[in-house]
Parts: sequence; structure tokens; C-alpha cells
Amino acid sequence: MSAPVLRIADLVAGYEVDVPVVRGASMEIARGEIVAILGPNGAGKSTLIKAVAGLVPIFSGRVHLGERDITGQKTHDLIRHGLAFVPQTENVFTALSVAENLALASAVLPRAERRVRLDAMYDFFPDLARQKALLAGRLSGGQRQMLAVARALLVNPELLMLDEPSAGLSPKLVELVFAKLREIRESGVTILLVEQNARAALAIADRGYVLVEGRNHHEGTSAALLSDSTVAELYLGSARRAATS
Amino acid sequence: MNPQFFADGLLMGAMIGLGAIGVTLTYSILRFANFAHGEFVTWGAYGTLALTGAIGFAAGSDIDAIGPFSFGWPLLIAGLAAAILTGLLALALDLILFARLRAKGTAIIMVMASFGASMALRSLCEFFFTSAPRYYSRDIQIAIEILPGMRMTPDQLFMIGLTAVLVAAMHLLMTRTTLGRSMRAVSENPALSSVVGIDVDRIVRATWLIGGALAAAAGVMSGIVVQIRPFMGFDLLLPLFAAAILGGIGSVPGAILGGLIVGLAEAAAVPLIGANFRAAVAFLLLTAVLLLRPAGIFGVRE
Repeated sequence: MSAPVLRIADLVAGYEVDVPVVRGASMEIARGEIVAILGPNGAGKSTLIKAVAGLVPIFSGRVHLGERDITGQKTHDLIRHGLAFVPQTENVFTALSVAENLALASAVLPRAERRVRLDAMYDFFPDLARQKALLAGRLSGGQRQMLAVARALLVNPELLMLDEPSAGLSPKLVELVFAKLREIRESGVTILLVEQNARAALAIADRGYVLVEGRNHHEGTSAALLSDSTVAELYLGSARRAATS
Repeated sequence: MNPQFFADGLLMGAMIGLGAIGVTLTYSILRFANFAHGEFVTWGAYGTLALTGAIGFAAGSDIDAIGPFSFGWPLLIAGLAAAILTGLLALALDLILFARLRAKGTAIIMVMASFGASMALRSLCEFFFTSAPRYYSRDIQIAIEILPGMRMTPDQLFMIGLTAVLVAAMHLLMTRTTLGRSMRAVSENPALSSVVGIDVDRIVRATWLIGGALAAAAGVMSGIVVQIRPFMGFDLLLPLFAAAILGGIGSVPGAILGGLIVGLAEAAAVPLIGANFRAAVAFLLLTAVLLLRPAGIFGVRE
């Protein structure tokens, strides 16, 4: 197996040093995988992914993107190293048009590549191509999510990280977003996603990590996690609730 | 009512609008009301005065004014240099004061600090230049009738034209360039901005430079058409904030439109209710906007 795309080792992170939210989590994501991070509310899933993205302070442990140590790197540099992140909420600029959102993200690319990548995104998300001039704030929830994903993919990342891509979407839209993620993986992008909706996430993921109280609790292939009774007891309950709400 | 008020208001509004662009940008991107912004207006005006003097001294002889205007090329060069220097002054103030407070403080601490900075800058100005009013030129200009009952001097027409050019340039910057889009992005969501690869600190620096430079331009205008005093910027502070809030925080066209409305309202107040109440007009407008439409004309309700 080649070197992992992302390696997280004994990560301790959070907002205050006395009360870290992530308390020693470790994981490895191999090239071309879709990996899901699952866990109950407050397990530190989102904090973990935000710490990797440089948005939450890391107190100890290391994060490597390929061979590069990116622990504590500035967020705005990470995208240039191939790490793209889609936050859970407020993940598009609502006062900018669809085209401006994408143009802004394309600024990190060399000038010659911008047009090509923008066109590629409009081909991949035809809905967005039809709404270039619309303010992103006027898009529906599903379209916003697509714009946020397109924005992240635009720069041809090594690793795409998504924080709860299904949050706030109807089951039908969740299916659509997840189908798109599968397509994205097929194009060679590695995906790490945090999900409350465990069943939906495991349906597309190769593997999953279960986080409890900021630490690794379980890990395994999607099939193994789905059939594990402890995991079912801990999470699939919450997934059922999410599906009915 | 004498239509002359319209010309006066337009001129006043142009000055207020230019200053308000800086206020609205710092307010939306740095998230605090910078009460020291008025001092950038003052320092820009005095900086231009000092540099014009220096150029005149170096040239050694009297330099003729350009065409019908009261000023020659030294003032234009000095104004441009002073605008850059004022931008740098704003940047320096951020570096030694606001950046440190931003790292740990809350908005209210920064507002209070800006009050302190405002006082310090104003006192420094008085120390260097005394509080006696100064002028770029003492020549008397003949006003031309541009519309029936409306007169303006060539200087004043130049100022209106310059404002129009600066505002158009700012509008293009904000809507067509990566820097402008980045500024709008940071004002909406700094965290997401860094996620998409924008260096937020760089945008903050650009904002100070642009805001300081435009304030200096307003200062030079005010110096040419009125006079140069240490309190000139401070006295403009309330109209600046009224204009920025009226137009909608973060909006460049809003700031200029807000400035024109405040300027015209002030000018109209003089014949209607008397010159004593001129200063109260900006305050009344500000109160009315905050009560009726807090997001302003171009603002987006959060």
C-alpha cells in the first residue's frame, strides 16, 4: 500500500487547552478511499476535522498530508497543499454570486488552469452552470451543498473533507449528494467525511472510524461496522431518529 | 429654496461618501467601529499641506496653478503621496494597536482603543501644526453658474469629478477583482474565507490601506474647499458613520449614496431650520435609519 493521504496521530485539539474536545484520536486514510468518521453528538467528530483544516487549535499530536507535516498550518495554505474542506454550515458566500464563489476559489490555481477547472466544475454540476449569476444566498439547501463541494473540488484536491454533508437536507437530496461523492471518488479524489447519518455514510464509505469522547472507539470496514451490535446500539439509533425527523 | 443648497450638499456629500467608504469597509471586515477614522481625514489633509510646502521649497520658485484651479501640480503629487502615507499610518495603527487587541479583545475594547488613538493622533496634529486654520491656497476663486441659480468654483467641480472617478474605481475593484471579491468574502465569513485559500491578514492590511487613502482624499477635498483644522476629521465622524450605516455596512455604493444623502440633508437644513442645527441632521438621520431600516439601503439583514 502506498503512503496514506492523511495520517492523524494522537491528536489532542479543542477550543480551550484545559478541556480538549479531541483527546487522542488517530487515523489513516489511504489514497482513493472514502472514510467516514462517526460517533454520537459531542464525540468530537467535527472538532477533529476542523483541527485538521487548521480552524481549531491543536494541542498535541501530528497531522500529515502525504509526506508533509501540516500540524498547525494556516488554513489558507492548506488548500494549496491539496487539502479541501467543506464546512457543515455557512459553506458558501451568500452575498456573492455562484460564479463569484467559484472564481474566488479558483484564485489559488495558476492563471492558465483557472478557466479549464471552472469549466470542468460547470460540466460536473450542470445545475450550477445554469445559475451562475444567482446570489448563492438564494440557492436551495441542496444546491448550496453542491456549490460548496464544487468550490472545494475546483482546486483538484488530494483529499476532500466534508463536515456533515447531509445536515439539513431531505433524504432525497442526501441521496443525490452522496451519489455525487461516489462519482467524485471515481475521479480519483480521496474523501473523508464526518456524518451523523451513519447508515447513509456507511453506504458509500469503504471504512469508518467511530469516535467516542474524543478518542477512537471502533474502526472497521463499512460492512463490519454496520453489523457490529455495539455500533448499532450507539449510533444507528441516532441515524433512525435523523431519518424520521 | 435657493437651489445653491444642492451644489453645497453634493460637495459635502462627496467628501462624506469618500470617508464613509473606509468606515464601511473597516466596520464590515474588521468588525468594529473605528472612531479614529476621522483622524485619517485630518492627517491626509495636513500631510498634503506639509508635502506641498516641501515641494514648493525644493522647486525654489512659485509654481503656477493649473488652468482655472487654485492649486498647481505640487498639490496633486503631494495629495497622492499623502494618501499613500495615510494608508500606511492606518496600517501602522493596526499593527501596534488593533491587531494586538483583535487577537484577544472584544469589539468594544477595540472601539474604546480607537477613541484613544483618535485623541492621540489629533493632539499630535495640533502639536505639529498648531490649531490655527490653514489653507492650501488663499486665492479667491470665482464661482461659475453651472445651472440656473447654482454656482460652483472650478475647484469644487474638480472635486466632484475626482470623487466620481474614485468611487467608480472602488466599485470595479470590489466587483471585478480577486482582491475585491476577497474583501467581500472576508466581510461575510472570515473562517470560510481562509478555507477557500484567502489570507485574511492580507485582506485586512489591504482594507486599512484603501480606507486610509480614501480618507486622505476626503481630507484634501475638505482642505481645498473649506479649510484645514486639527478637528476637521473628528467633526466629520458622525456624518461618516451616518452615511455608512444609512447605505448599509459593507456596501461601497451604499457609503457614497449615504454620504450624498447626509450631505444634501445637512445643506438643506441650513436654509430650512438654520445653520445651528446643521450638525444635528446627521444624528437624526442615523437615529431614523437605525429605527426604521437598521440594515441600511444596500444592507443585507442577517
